[in-house]
Amino acid sequence: MKIAVLSGKGGTGKTFVSVNLACAADKSVYVDCDVEEPNGYLFLKPENTKKLPVAVSVPEVDMSKCTGCRKCVEFCRYNALALIKKKFLIFYEVCHSCGGCSVICPEKAISEKDREIGTIENGTSENVTILTGCLNTGEVSGVPIIKGLMEKMPNQGTTVIDCPPGSACIVMESIRKADFCILVAEPTLFGVHNLEMVYNLVKLFKKPFGVVLNKCLPEENPAEKFCIDKKINILAKVPFNQDLGKLNSKGLIAVRETKQYKELFQKLLKDVEKEAEQ
Amino acid sequence: MKLILPVEKKSLDTAVCPSFGRTPFFALYDTESEEHKFIDNSAIASQGGAGIKAAQMLVDSHADAVITYRCGQNAADVLNAADIKMYKAQDGSVNENIEKFKAGKLPLLTQIHAGFHNHGGEK
Repeated sequence: MKIAVLSGKGGTGKTFVSVNLACAADKSVYVDCDVEEPNGYLFLKPENTKKLPVAVSVPEVDMSKCTGCRKCVEFCRYNALALIKKKFLIFYEVCHSCGGCSVICPEKAISEKDREIGTIENGTSENVTILTGCLNTGEVSGVPIIKGLMEKMPNQGTTVIDCPPGSACIVMESIRKADFCILVAEPTLFGVHNLEMVYNLVKLFKKPFGVVLNKCLPEENPAEKFCIDKKINILAKVPFNQDLGKLNSKGLIAVRETKQYKELFQKLLKDVEKEAEQ
Repeated sequence: MKLILPVEKKSLDTAVCPSFGRTPFFALYDTESEEHKFIDNSAIASQGGAGIKAAQMLVDSHADAVITYRCGQNAADVLNAADIKMYKAQDGSVNENIEKFKAGKLPLLTQIHAGFHNHGGEK
């Protein structure tokens, strides 16, 4: 089954939950979809890595065939093309790679060429296979890389998808194939605001979901109150714990270091599997 | 010489619109005939690339110069390719800006921003 881990903002513990959940399984695949700043590899330290480029299609114009009819300029709803005095301007970062311009050109003057926007790296770390998406600096959209990651995901076994923060297109693409979504939340009012964003998203996508309350303190937890009010299933509570912080800061994985967290995440995985079956 | 200015209303007494790509109208002014007209900005509702589309419209209307508060990189690329000069709009009405242009008192627009891409930006 495919489990997506998401949160409305960065720093709530998506990677912490994803990496530990992946390590708690007998065998699993960990997919880092946070392509703008992937960091799961810092903990998993994959071996036998292999990097493959990810490219998108962009138009290329043969000016010897172009008659300047402008059908392509008018067709492009993203306005990626401009034609000035028989000179073409193509705005690659605006182009959505739909290929429409090459189809609509009556002179067949437009063809498509590949433009590299990032990479997908695979590797292994003990029981975990790792897929890391990485968007090149300066690129606008990581969605094509997420699509590449989704194609490479196996259909069998346990897969944990570490999503980018927020609830935008790139997150939607990351949860599209998920069987279950885990929302990670912080015990603050700001945390509630961000939890509500992803809560609305998974409801919109009609995905089964539950919440992991991270960094829990003995005091009142507004995120917990939100879950109780909305009748959201609280899957696990992870305490705000200095030892955990120390492990993370050293790039160590709690599940691989301590019995306590191994049990916590094994139980979480079992509970999620049970929930998803219903 | 044909001047073009982004305007919020179809009037020469109104201020220059702070947005280039998503201005509702453009004012076209011919410095020789002193005639003017307004055109709707079809780029205003664009999902993206409004600056590019608006700049293409200006190229197609054979403008020689644009007077605007600001301009994004993509739109500037289009205007530059067509050798359309960009001047920095000053506070005051469209008419006042045209007069300043005629008097040679408008500076060229040198600061081109990276583009807001639907993320606003201060006025």
